Amino acid sequence: MARSAVGVIFSNIQDQNIPELSKHRTIASIPFAGRYRLIDFALSNMVNAGITTVGIVTKHNYQSLIDHLGSGKDWDLARKDGGIILLPPYSNETDKPYTNRLEALKGITGFLLHRKEEYVVLYDGDGVSRMDIADVVRFHEENNADITMVYHEETSVESHYYITVQPDETGRITSLKINPKINGNAKFNMYINVMVVRREYLMDIIQNAVQSGYSSFGREILAKNVDSMRIFGYKFDGYYANISSLARYFKHSMEQLDKDVRDELFGARDIYTKVRDSAPSRYIEGAVVKNSLVSDGCVIEGKVENSILFRGVKVGKGAVVKNSILMQETVVGNSAKLDCVVTDKNVSIRDRRNLAGCPELPYFVSKGTML
Amino acid sequence: MQIKKECVAMLLAGGQGSRLYALTNDIAKPAVGFGAKYRIIDFTLSNCINSGIDTVGVLTQYEPLELNEYVGNGQPWDLDRAFGGVHILSPYQAKKRSSWYEGTANAIYQNIGFMKKYNPDYVLILSGDHIYKMNYAKMLQAHIATGADCTIASIRVPIEEASRFGILNVNEDGSIYQFEEKPKAPKSDLASMGIYIFTASKLYKYLEEDDNDSNSAKDFGKNVLPAMLNAGEKMFAYLFEGYWKDVGTITALWEANMDLLGAEPVFDVGDPAWKIHSRNPLAPPGYISKTGEVNDSVIALGCEIEGKVNHSVLSSNVTVEEGATVIDSVIMSGTVVKKGAKVCYSIVDEGVVIGENAIVGEDKQTAKGITVLGRNIRIGDDVKVESGKILDKDYKGE
Repeated sequence: MARSAVGVIFSNIQDQNIPELSKHRTIASIPFAGRYRLIDFALSNMVNAGITTVGIVTKHNYQSLIDHLGSGKDWDLARKDGGIILLPPYSNETDKPYTNRLEALKGITGFLLHRKEEYVVLYDGDGVSRMDIADVVRFHEENNADITMVYHEETSVESHYYITVQPDETGRITSLKINPKINGNAKFNMYINVMVVRREYLMDIIQNAVQSGYSSFGREILAKNVDSMRIFGYKFDGYYANISSLARYFKHSMEQLDKDVRDELFGARDIYTKVRDSAPSRYIEGAVVKNSLVSDGCVIEGKVENSILFRGVKVGKGAVVKNSILMQETVVGNSAKLDCVVTDKNVSIRDRRNLAGCPELPYFVSKGTML
Repeated sequence: MQIKKECVAMLLAGGQGSRLYALTNDIAKPAVGFGAKYRIIDFTLSNCINSGIDTVGVLTQYEPLELNEYVGNGQPWDLDRAFGGVHILSPYQAKKRSSWYEGTANAIYQNIGFMKKYNPDYVLILSGDHIYKMNYAKMLQAHIATGADCTIASIRVPIEEASRFGILNVNEDGSIYQFEEKPKAPKSDLASMGIYIFTASKLYKYLEEDDNDSNSAKDFGKNVLPAMLNAGEKMFAYLFEGYWKDVGTITALWEANMDLLGAEPVFDVGDPAWKIHSRNPLAPPGYISKTGEVNDSVIALGCEIEGKVNHSVLSSNVTVEEGATVIDSVIMSGTVVKKGAKVCYSIVDEGVVIGENAIVGEDKQTAKGITVLGRNIRIGDDVKVESGKILDKDYKGE
């Protein structure tokens, strides 16, 4: 149905929340759940809603993103008309690359102008969910909304920048706050950085903002016009994980060990990702694996518990890996011990090493390190 | 614009594979699952692309639908090419004739037009039912270096088993002076692998002659190769040293799967320098629960293991529920082994449901043979399937 919508994914805009993992990559290309990247959820949700054109706004560090996306065929987005369209920052001698969302949008007006779809779905690459975008667009149409913001009930937040919304009984947002103080464990409605807006309306907003010299989409467009614009809130009730800090990354990753979470996200087998042709994983005689996710290409000789192993991870003899997330091609030496560790890609842990963190502060080992 | 390919591969994938029984009831043998995430044809197609051969004709005849869909446009093997790539070649109706492929040679003969389109110097003939990693480029180099008209890949087999194979008797320089099909008293341990490189012009010539011979069975091994040898063409054996398995029988298929297990597997499919490409499942990583136990096994994506798995190969999306046990078995994708069920020394095809507390097969030591369950069948709760049985229909007990 949502052929009448074009997708736009902001791959970098939330990078500052999780510097450990976005040092070498965009937040959208952070590895998740053993074989995915965060952007896979955004792309799959769009594709499953019938969207066939997705513009991907990049700013820096996007080599790994480009490598991941390739031609887009793994998401069925290698298309003659549309498909994945990378939108690198626009800059010249006078215009520097964008520093905020409005400038980023201004940079893609050419892309928006030449599309034919009625609506735009704006999506940040920092969330994990399996969401029916087609239903969001339907909701938007039914309410004759100018803007529809998707929100999720949360009890805490770690983002540097966040928006809370309060819809009335008709769904129209009557109150919209930026970075309000969150008290205790009270529930609040957090905007989860998924928005539907009519394409021409969005272009008007951008043009108007440029003329007025605005710099904040949240403050100067949304918050300021909450009374004059028809901004509606779409409540998303499903599983949603906001990857907004390393501790959050750790927590939400561990949630993937829960069958209910996994069934919701992956049960329908329609989250797509890049295919790499690794061999199936090999469990050697004497290996002990409990409550863990193991991707392709792993070879396990030691003990693995409450952990997530990405593609091509090797766990040596006598090694004990607990409560840890080991990304692609991590090698754990014989008799090494890991507890609450997050290793980035291509990390090597020597034999008999002991590494430990805690869930609030996982021990992070950056890409390509040998320890 | 490219106008020629040095070497075109022709992959014979039309055989029924009747010795795989229920596993090939409605799919061609090359489409049978293997090694937790592959299909048999993946090995030959991967060998082609890894050897720099990007033009492959796949000759299908028996139950081709699934194989056609699997090969598709060839993209998983990087064989979706503007010029060349992989092409499915089914028997077709021609102006003067229309017939099924009658033998291996006839199948190739009917597709001479396909080969000629690429104007190749050499043609590589392959079988779609072997598990091995082989660099055909090296064989081609040998073919060119010896100036042969035909080169036959061969492998050394134990001499006591040689009488099961087509044996090549060769001179010191590797040239062949005699073929013996399943000889009672083999003179050599060099067995033909059914992989041939022909100089293209010679292939066309002998295929045409063979086609005109009404007494011919239209088979490479029985007719075309002996005819070439009798005519004095230069034929050489090329010695392949490495893992090679014809998985044409249930036992061979089971054994080849087991060769993937262990710290130093007999057959390594994870070599980054020789990747085996395949279509990949859309599934999350495999999950082993708190109650799950996996030992000495290979497990693909999407599996959910709550029971015990030992010395087995599990394809994608297999579920082994709590209290269930899988030992010495090959389980293909999507199969569910329900609570308390036990599967021993078996090959279970895709989409099978094994009911609670059912028993399939028995301990390898005492079993009468490998138990085989065909696709999408359902084994009732508490049912016992005796060892060595081959089932292709739902089973609720005697």
